[in-house]
Amino acid sequence: MHSGNITIDNITKIEGTAGLEVVVDSGKVQSLKFLIKDYRRFYTQAVKGKPFIAAPSFLSRICGTCSVAHLFASIEAIEKSQNIQITDQTKLLRRLAYDGLMIRDHALHLYFFVLPDVLGIDSILDIGDDEADIGHILLHDSFDIKRLGSEVTDVTIGAAIHAPYPTVGGFLKNPDPAKFPPLISKLEKIREQVIRAIQTFYNWKAELIRNSDYMCLRNEGSFDFIDGMIVNSTGLKVSEEEFHSFLKSVVIPYSQAEGYVFSEVFEDYLVGSLARINFNKDQLNQRTRKDISKYLDVFPSNNIYHNNLAQAVEILHCVDDAIEILHTLKITDEKPIRKPPVAGRGVGVVEAPRGILYHMVQTDDKGIIVDYDVIVPTAQNQINIENDLKKYFDDNLEKEKETLRLEAEKIIRAYDPCMSCATNFLKLDWKVL
Amino acid sequence: MPDTSKKKMIIGWFSFTCCEDSTILLTEMLNDHFDEWKALVEFRYFKALKTDNKLEGLDVAFIEGAISSPTQEAEVKKIRENAKYVIAVGACANTGLPSSSRNEFVDKDVTDKIQWYLDHFDYSEKVKKLAEVITVDEKVEGCPMSPKAFTEMLTKYLKISGAI
Repeated sequence: MHSGNITIDNITKIEGTAGLEVVVDSGKVQSLKFLIKDYRRFYTQAVKGKPFIAAPSFLSRICGTCSVAHLFASIEAIEKSQNIQITDQTKLLRRLAYDGLMIRDHALHLYFFVLPDVLGIDSILDIGDDEADIGHILLHDSFDIKRLGSEVTDVTIGAAIHAPYPTVGGFLKNPDPAKFPPLISKLEKIREQVIRAIQTFYNWKAELIRNSDYMCLRNEGSFDFIDGMIVNSTGLKVSEEEFHSFLKSVVIPYSQAEGYVFSEVFEDYLVGSLARINFNKDQLNQRTRKDISKYLDVFPSNNIYHNNLAQAVEILHCVDDAIEILHTLKITDEKPIRKPPVAGRGVGVVEAPRGILYHMVQTDDKGIIVDYDVIVPTAQNQINIENDLKKYFDDNLEKEKETLRLEAEKIIRAYDPCMSCATNFLKLDWKVL
Repeated sequence: MPDTSKKKMIIGWFSFTCCEDSTILLTEMLNDHFDEWKALVEFRYFKALKTDNKLEGLDVAFIEGAISSPTQEAEVKKIRENAKYVIAVGACANTGLPSSSRNEFVDKDVTDKIQWYLDHFDYSEKVKKLAEVITVDEKVEGCPMSPKAFTEMLTKYLKISGAI
C-alpha cells in the first residue's frame, strides 16, 4: 500500500469500542491514531459524597468482565484508609475468587476473541460441528473452562459479575465448604484442556517484537495478583502507595482515555499477563511449572502475541492455585471487620486480568468519600499499542490494505484491551501529546 | 433436534455506554446454549464475536447501554429502522443508571477535566435511557440482565419469528 487511508470504525472481538485511523502517503505512515471511543461515565466523580461502604459495588460497574478486580481494588483501598486488617480467611477467599476471575476472563479472551485469529476464520460462530476438528474441540474446551471459572467465583463470592458477598472488612456471606470437593474434581479434570490451550498458543507463530518496558506486581512470597510491590523493567521497585507518582498521564486528544508513560523517562510500557509472566514465572505454582516447563522457556519475551500464551499459562496456574486453596481452606463463620469511620487515604493496587489496576480513596471522618481515583490497565497500554501498530505499519506497507487492516486488529486484540474500563477516570498533571 | 425446515431468527446484539456486563453474561450463557442457539439463531450483528457484521433485516435487536451522544442516538435510530423488534437489555439501557450518573452532577462537580471531555467529544447534555431515543418493544432488566428473563424473551421471539 503506497498511499491511502485505513479506517476501522469498530475494532471487533474486544471489550468496548475502539477504532483505528492510519494515513499513508508516498510509502510512509503519515499518522496513526488508535482511538478509544467509549463515552466516559465519570464514576470517580459520581462516587464523591457517598459513604465508602457503597463504593465497591458501585465501582464494580466500571467493567462487566473484570468487575471482581475493581471490587477488590476498591475494597482494599477503603480498608487501608480505615486501618482495617483483614483475616487470613478473607485473604484466601479473595485469592480463590481471583483465581476464578482469571480462569473465566482469560478464557473468554483467548477462545472467543483470539481463537478465530489462530484458526484463520472470522468468528467462533463459523466453527463447524465436526467433533474431531481442532476448532470444535478448543471451542468446547472453552465452554468447560469458562463455566468452571464462573463456578469458582459463584461458590466463593456469589457471582462472577458484580459479586454480592465481598465487602469492606470481609464477606457478607461465607462460602459453603460442602461445595469444595466437587470443585476440586472439576479443576483436576480441566487441567488437560487448559494444557491444550497452552500448546495451541505456543504453536501459534504470530510475532510482533518491539522493545518494550513492562510493569507488574511482584510478591516475593508467591505468584500473587493482589499483594506485592510494583516492579518495572527499568529496575524500579515501589510500594502500592507510590504507584501514582511513578506515572505521567498523557492527554491524547482523539481518544476518550488518557495514556500513561513512566514519569522519569517518558517511555511507554506494557502491563498484563506478558509482564507478569516475564517477571514472575519463577513463582508460578510448582505443579504448573513442572507440567509446562517447555512452554515457559519462551519467557521473558518481547513478542506481544506471547501475551496470549501468558494468559493460558495463568489459567493453569489459577487452576492449580485454586486446587491447593480448596484442599486446605477451613471456613469459620467470620463477620466483616468494621470500625468507626476515620478520615484517611488508602490505595489498593491489584493485577486485573489486563494488568495493574489502581484505586485510591480519601474519606472524611464520617466515612464520606471526598476524593477517588482509578488507573486502569488498558489506559496504561494505550500508547504501547499505538507504537506497536506504528512499527507494524512501517515494516509492512508493501502488503495489501486488507492484510494490513486484519493484522492491525490482531495486534490490538492480542493485548486484550477493555475500553469500558479505560474511559472512566480523570487524572491530574496532564501532558498533551 | 432443531427443525431445519424453519427459518432462523436473525438477531443483532449491540452495546452502548455501559460496562457490557450483559454481553459478558451472554458469552457465559453460550457455554451451555451455543449449539442449541446456533441452530435457531443467525447472529447477524455481534461485534464482540465477529468482524463481518450487518445491520439489515434484523428480526430482533438486543441493545444494552445508555445513550451518551448524538452519534449514539443516530446509531440506535438506524438499528431501529433495521429491526422488527427492539429489546432493551440491562439497567443502563432500561433506566440510564448507573451510566447516567453525570446527569445528577451540579456545577461544582463538573471540573475542568470533565468539561474538557464534554467539550472535545460529542457528549449529549444528558445521558438517556434507550426509550428516550427510540421505541422499545420489550425489556430484559437486571445489572447484569437476568439470565432467566433473557432466555424467556429469546424463546418468545423465537416463536414469534417462526424459528421454533
